[in-house]
Amino acid sequence: MTELAWIDLALTSARPQAMGALLRYFRDLDMAEEAYQEACLRALKTWPDKGPPRDPAAWLIFVGRNSGIDQVRKRARHQPLPPEEMLSDLEDTEGDLADRLDGAHYRDDILRLLFVCCHPDLPATQQIALALRIVSGLSVRQIARAFLVSEAAMEQRITRAKAKIGAAGIGFETPDAVARAERLGIVAAMIYLVFNEGYSAGVPEKADTPFCAEAIRLSRLLLKLFPAEPEIMGLTALLLIQHSRLDARFDKEGQIVLLEDQDRSLWNRALIEEALVLIDKALRHRAPGPFQIQAAIAALHARAPSAAETDWLQIDLLYQGLERLQPSPVVRLNRAVAVSKREGPEAALALIEPLADKLSGYFYFHGLRGGLLKQIGRYDEAREAFDRAIALATTSAEAAHIRQHLDGMQRELAEAGH
Amino acid sequence: MLYAVLCYDAESEVNAWSKELDAKVMADLGAVNQRYAEAGKLGPVARLMPTTAAVTVRKGATDDIIMDGPFAETKEQFLGFFVLDVETLEEAITFARELSAVNPANGTYEVRPLQFFNPGVPIT
Repeated sequence: MTELAWIDLALTSARPQAMGALLRYFRDLDMAEEAYQEACLRALKTWPDKGPPRDPAAWLIFVGRNSGIDQVRKRARHQPLPPEEMLSDLEDTEGDLADRLDGAHYRDDILRLLFVCCHPDLPATQQIALALRIVSGLSVRQIARAFLVSEAAMEQRITRAKAKIGAAGIGFETPDAVARAERLGIVAAMIYLVFNEGYSAGVPEKADTPFCAEAIRLSRLLLKLFPAEPEIMGLTALLLIQHSRLDARFDKEGQIVLLEDQDRSLWNRALIEEALVLIDKALRHRAPGPFQIQAAIAALHARAPSAAETDWLQIDLLYQGLERLQPSPVVRLNRAVAVSKREGPEAALALIEPLADKLSGYFYFHGLRGGLLKQIGRYDEAREAFDRAIALATTSAEAAHIRQHLDGMQRELAEAGH
Repeated sequence: MLYAVLCYDAESEVNAWSKELDAKVMADLGAVNQRYAEAGKLGPVARLMPTTAAVTVRKGATDDIIMDGPFAETKEQFLGFFVLDVETLEEAITFARELSAVNPANGTYEVRPLQFFNPGVPIT
């Protein structure tokens, strides 16, 4: 392990806390980022000689804050001073600062930092890009590559998102319990989006996408800050189980392997077991929520020794529970899979036919519908549905997967002499 | 003499390790363990799940209080332990230093003599 590598790790893990505190001081994302960058540069210069500070985050906040103040003073010579309330808490002593780091500020700093990235005016892709840039500290190039856009385009997207946030203003008052719970829910949804961006991208196209690992890191961070929130336990558990299948989800050619066909010995048991513990902990709170239910469904899959031994009855019941909390056509579609296993393809088809309008542009709807139609021998309709799915596929792995279905169907038909 | 060698580290840092780095550290620690195990000097070894997976049971006034997470919020967390059977404290310290040498994190190993040890039954 080189010196640079451990410094890099220390900076990575201290980043959300340091950025959160600097944002509180400077009340401006760009200023906070500049101050943080400056502190990191100084860390790279001084840490190799002096060794790591006892508390890297506190060090970065202290140094970043001072360099930020220097910047403000330099600018002040050229332009009028910003209003006093723009800069808060600038007169803290170091001791005071250290005290605060252990206190409640720390939680709200990080929550606020995550929260500003989820501004409702920002489209989901911008929220994700901003969170990965600001909170996780991924480079614009890394994020651009994962979104398959140019670096310049991503830079522009992030700049626009920051401008929108700047114009809207950031709430710096300490949130009360209700506001905090709301923020938590919004942040949890954003972390789930980050994960999904990496998860649905698929290995073949974006093999080095760090999104899933980042989402898990953020989710664990959130859980550490709010250790008694069952929904955050559920979110973390859900992400861990989804991520545990990473090595089994694609074959050597990069084709999607469906859950029921996956080699379960390739699943990461350590992640699954951590998730199961979190679900157990969440259950004790007796406050079910969408993430907990989804985690419980994922856990039933994870616990089944083979696809044939999956507890579809429980999964169906859990989806019904999820529908009650969060009615959505996509949830109904997922439930249809469980229904098809329990009651057969006709029952599942009856469940999803009414969704045709709402989900007409949804890849999975046509994929599932095609599969169900195929099972009951309505081949022409199945082919039509599969064609629609291929047209809607967003990755080549998705399209290839449907093509396999189509080819399989053709073969069956040929063998049957149709 | 039996010693427990207790590993403390900032779990936020350890959690930030890449899969490859994590695997490498585990392999390097495993190599150190292997030598001591072959010499008949190493007992149970455990790596603990993140503190977010923990609950804490405390005695309350009327009933036990079960809290999510570890009891105290500290900069470094208790992440794992090794039970060692060696002649001298020096040897236990040497073991801890060997672990530390292959561990990229900046944490600490506490060398703590055991007062009572029940090896229990073999579990997997």
